[in-house]
Order: sequence, then structure tokens, then C-alpha cells
Amino acid sequence: MSDFVNDFWNMYVIVIVLGSILACAVLLIVQGKATFTPGKTMGHVWDETLEEYNNPMPKWWSWMFVITVVFALVYLALYPGLGNFKGMLNWTSVGQHTAEVQKMDATVKPLFDKYMAMDIKAVAGDKTAMEMGKRMYLTYCMQCHGADARGAKGFPNLTDGDWLYGGEPDQIKATIADGRMGVMPPHAQLGADTIKDLANYVRSLSGLPNDAVRTARGQEAFTSAGCIGCHGADGTGMHALGAPNLTDKVWLYGSSEAVITETITNGRQNKMPAWKDFLGEAKVHLLSAYVLSLSQGAK
Amino acid sequence: MSGTQTTYNDKVVRQFAVMTVIWGIVGMLVGVIIAAQLVWPELNIGFLHFGRLRPLHTNAVIFAFGGCALFATSYWCVQRTCHTRLWGGPLVPFTFWGWQIIILLAAITLPLGITSGKEYAELEWPIDILITLVWVSYALVFFGTIAKRTVSHIYVANWFFGSFIVAVALLHLVNSAAVPVSLTKSYSAYSGVQDAMVQWWYGHNAVGFFLTAGFLGMMYYFVPKQAGRPVYSYRLSVVHFWALIFTYMWAGPHHLHYTALPDWTQSVGMIFSLILLAPSWGGMINGIMTLSGAWHKLRDDPILKFLITSLSFYGMSTFEGPMMSIKTVNALSHYTDWTVGHVHSGALGWVAMVSIGSIYYLLPRLFGKKEMYSTALVTTHFWIATIGTVLYIASMWIAGVMQGLMWRAVNSDGTLAYSFVESVKGSYPFWAIRWLGGVLFLLGMLIMAYNMFKTMAGGKTQDMPVIAPAGHHA
Repeated sequence: MSDFVNDFWNMYVIVIVLGSILACAVLLIVQGKATFTPGKTMGHVWDETLEEYNNPMPKWWSWMFVITVVFALVYLALYPGLGNFKGMLNWTSVGQHTAEVQKMDATVKPLFDKYMAMDIKAVAGDKTAMEMGKRMYLTYCMQCHGADARGAKGFPNLTDGDWLYGGEPDQIKATIADGRMGVMPPHAQLGADTIKDLANYVRSLSGLPNDAVRTARGQEAFTSAGCIGCHGADGTGMHALGAPNLTDKVWLYGSSEAVITETITNGRQNKMPAWKDFLGEAKVHLLSAYVLSLSQGAK
Repeated sequence: MSGTQTTYNDKVVRQFAVMTVIWGIVGMLVGVIIAAQLVWPELNIGFLHFGRLRPLHTNAVIFAFGGCALFATSYWCVQRTCHTRLWGGPLVPFTFWGWQIIILLAAITLPLGITSGKEYAELEWPIDILITLVWVSYALVFFGTIAKRTVSHIYVANWFFGSFIVAVALLHLVNSAAVPVSLTKSYSAYSGVQDAMVQWWYGHNAVGFFLTAGFLGMMYYFVPKQAGRPVYSYRLSVVHFWALIFTYMWAGPHHLHYTALPDWTQSVGMIFSLILLAPSWGGMINGIMTLSGAWHKLRDDPILKFLITSLSFYGMSTFEGPMMSIKTVNALSHYTDWTVGHVHSGALGWVAMVSIGSIYYLLPRLFGKKEMYSTALVTTHFWIATIGTVLYIASMWIAGVMQGLMWRAVNSDGTLAYSFVESVKGSYPFWAIRWLGGVLFLLGMLIMAYNMFKTMAGGKTQDMPVIAPAGHHA
């Protein structure tokens, strides 16, 4: 597709680029033909002492100028530059990138095919595969989950054996391949007092200090406000919805009464991006095995 | 050509010269602080973190330090080479006080995070308007003085100063075009890749005109003056002047290699950056060759040492620049500390050194003294500044090439050999050396300030009579 809305701008770019390069050459040639009197000044004096010699331009310098001009013209003949003219080499930056990626993909395909044919659990036990997985993790995943995979506020810890969407090999693979949208709806309509009750009840589920009176009221609200719909009657959550288990010691956003209150009041939205299109299935397969291996020995 | 005024207006030169040293210290101090923040991240305290202070550093050294040096030297030069007093009356002090207010506003707004987010053009729209007013006044004063000159020929230094003033006005107006939404926030008039292109058309020409053409003007006055020799070649100055100001305008796209910018635009930016090599070197040759036959003067004249060394760094960075604009080289150097080193070989080695040399030339003359309070301290300053610059550039070269090589290294399985954080870890020792280089350069500026105040003490600031032009040829 052309970069120009019409052919005028194509011609405009060609004319102005070539014209400008030639203007440099003309300037050099015309000025080089002046009469020089080496060692003699031009005859003007400013501020008592400022004068200028009428020396010629150094030859080597003029040639350097000419060489860069010639290089520019040759380059424009070979590469895109003159408007829509594609250049004799037919080079594009997109084409160069695609070629490099294809070449590398072809080189590593047998390696990834080998692991693709293996079960994710088996790949997780393969030392070489896990070294590759770690390098891929440090390229693609560490920005959010951290170099040590222990996550951060809002970004799940991958080493603790606790899973929002399930820790089975296929569940991990689905998470990486297609991404996840985690939504906790806001409940401000419940009123500040009820939300505080709920927060105390939620803290009680994992044995955190709480206000007994509020917890008792919160337990009722947990059912009547519909929390059980996602988190379950016992508060252990639901992998299908990514609803966290509220009875364990793992907290994505924090366990203080203030943070839980904020979570219930305003809700939370979170996103794990989908990697299938960017990485391809073979790499996702291997990364899934690596992520699985991170929590082995955790529980 | 009235010629009724009998003295030069040196008050404004004095003001700008002193503020050059003061703002130099401030800007370089902020540079040392942010260099330290990279080595010791715990120094990022509150809102005084790297992200807020970095634009303060760039604005302070380019526009406060460099700007004041350009005002001082251009005002000094244009009066003396036009053999007339500065034109403009109240516009002259307005350029001084206006510029200082702009600098103060920058020092307040940038740490507060008030920014338009455009590199080297971060100041928000009300300050942009003030810059426009000051700059138009500057142009009126400068060209007004040229217009009432009492010699027919315009000296080469004034071509460069003039082109710098005109081009910066154009760059500032086009790139700062924005839609204000409040007193402290505006959005660029351009979007997407056009915005990027306009930004780097501005950005590279800020280098080309603010940091090159203006300082070449400085060079063309102070090098022949201090050397006591005629400029090497008039014809060379004609060719390199026109080629330089014409070609710089095209070079911006080399900042956007391998981006969404169309391939043809990248190519055009690259070839004109390469053509720029000879016009840039023309200035270096003309400056250094001016000294031919008087090389011995370099031995004991520290001002000439500053000026000639600055030209050497200028030649080096204007060779490095075209090389880095070549796409295959850029693929390695882009986004690394190599770029930072390249910028500072120009900023410290060229811009700062030629300014320092010129200001050392001016100070005794401005304050009624024969020479600086201590010539030995000027020599000390020169060596400290040179060592600081070399430490800075060399460490950034090594760090930059190392980063580029680490980022592109690939294992046989197609995975990256190094994670990003490993390249950060590898850079630490070089960042520490860079910080040390910066500390040395700052130390030199503090020595300069001491020397300056000692020179000023008890000095008589007498206005000098306008010198009649030597029997000029019409």
C-alpha cells in the first residue's frame, strides 16, 4: 500500500529529495570554482583583528563530501526512499523481520516439536526444557510476575501452589494461551457498614483477627449479597470463574480490612494477556510446563 | 546607520555570562544526581526521582546553561562585528529577565510533573508562549543590530547565530503546537507517527541549531580572536554553513529507525545524516586550521586549550553521529547508553567546552580586568573537564555496546541469552564511572565559579566605546 494519499506527494518527495542532494553537490562545485589566493585574506576586518583567509577547501574534505553524496544516490537506488519507488533490492523492514523470524523458527522447530509431542508434566521434568522455559519466562513473563515468579500486588505468585484458574497442566496452558479476565464486581450498593461486616467475615475465613459481632453479621451478608455465587458457600472459590479461595493465606491485593473493604466496594478488574498468537502453541506448551514446575514442591 | 551610540551594551552580556556559570553548575549538579540515582536507586526519593529530574537536567543544561552562553556570546559578537551598539532598547533586558523567568518556571514545573511529554520540549504551553515572546525579542535585537551595522559584510559568526535564532523559532512553534485543556496541561496537535516525526524533526534540529549552529557562531568569533589568526578558509565557511543548515533539517528520522515510520522516511533521514558528515567537519577544520602556524599557543593558553579540544570533540561526535544513523549500526546502538555517550561527547566535549572557553575570554573583559584571577585554575579546570568527559564517554561506549550485544544475543533454541535485568546488572560499574566523570566535570564548573567571583571582585564595569570599522571595502 502506498504511503501517500495521491501521486502528487509521491512525486513531491522524489523531486525534493533528489533536488536537495543535487543542491549540496552544486554548492560544492560552484564554490570550488572561486578564485583562491592561499595565505592572503579576503580583505575584510572586523573588531580590529578578525580576518578570513582566501584558502581553498581541503581536497580530501571535498572528496569526502562527494563520496557521501554518491553513497546517498546509490542507497536510494537500492533501498526505499524515493516516494513509492521500492528500490532495486525490494527491501522492507517488515520483510527483513519476517525473514529473520522464519529462519529462526525453522531452526528451532524440531526442538519445540519434540516437547510439543510430550505431555506437559513430562516436559516439566526435562532439565533442558526447563532451562529454555526459564529463559522464555525471563523474556515474556517477569515484567508482571517478577524475576522470582513471586508476583506482586495484583499479579499472582506462581510459586505458591495456589491457583485462581486451576493448576492442572491444561488449565495453566489455557491461561497462558488465551489469557484471563478476572472481574470482581463492585458492591458499593451494600453500604459501608455491611461491607465492613463482610470484610471481617472474609478475614475470619482464613483465621485472621476479626470483630466477632461484625463477622456474624458478615456471614449472613455473604449469602444474602450473593458472594457465594462465585466464592462458594464455604468461601473456597471457583476455578472456572477465577474466583479466589478466601480461606487460604494467599491474597492477590492484600488482606488488611482496609484493602478488603476497597476490593468489595470498588471491585477489581485484572487481565492476563493471551499469548497464543504471539508465541505460537509450541512455546506456550513449554512455558506451561515451566510454570507448572515453579510450584512443584509447594503443596 | 546612525552610529550615534558610542558604547557597546555589555551589561546584558555580563548578566548572561555570569548566569551561564550559575546555571551550568545547577544543570550539571542535577545531572550528577540522576547519574547517582541509576547507581544507587535508593536515592530516588519522593517526587525527586529520575523520571522527574531527567527533563530538569536536560532543560537546565541545554536551555539555561547553553542558552545563556549563546545569548552572552552572540550579543558580544554581533555588536563588535557590526561595530555598533545593540539595537532594541528595552527588548534587550527583556530577553535576559524573560529567559531567567522561563528557567525558573521550568525548575518549578518539571519536578512537579507538569510536562507536555515531548523530549527537550517538556515545558507546558503558557511557558511555551513566554519562550516565543523572548525568542522573537531576541531575533529583533539580533537582526536589528545586524541591520544597523556600520560595515557592509556580515561576519561569518553572525550567519551561524542568525540561522540558529531563525531555526529555533521555527522548530519551537511547530513542535509545541498543542491544544490546552487547562493551565498546566495540553495535548500535542499531532498524533501517532506524525507526532513522533515532528518531535524528532524538532529534537534533532535542537541538536543541529541550538547545540551546533549557535555554538559554531561562538567558535567563529572566539577561536580566531584568541588565536590571533585569520579564519582558515572563507570559502569553506560558505559551503559548510549552507550545507549544514540545509542538511540538518532532514536528519530527524534517524531517531526512529525500525519503528512505525515508513521505510522511505527512515532511508531519507539516514542518507542526509551521512551527507551531514562533511558540512559538520567543515566547521572543525576551519576552527582547528585557524591555529595552524600558531600551535605553540596551545601550550600555555588554557582558553585555547578549551576551544581547540571542543573542536576535536565536535569532530569526533559528528563522525560518530552519521555512523550511528546507518541502520545496521543503529540496530545495535539504539536505546542503549551508546546514544547517551554520543550526546555527552557533544554536550560536554563540544558545547560545554567551547562555552567555557568563550566565557573565560569574556569575564576579565566584562569586569575591567586584564585576565582571569587565576590562569592556573583555568588550566586545572581544563584538565579536570577533559578527564571527566573522557570517563563519561568511554564508560557509556562500553556500557552501550555491551547492552546492544546482550539484547540481541540469542541461544541456539531461539531464546534470548540474557534477560533485560542482566544487562542492567552488567551496566552498574560503567554507570558508576559515568557518575565519577560527571562529578569531575561539575567540580570544574565550581572552580570556574570561584575564579569568576574572584575576577569580578573589585572590578570596574566600564562600558567600552564602539570601535570604528577598519577601512572597510564596500
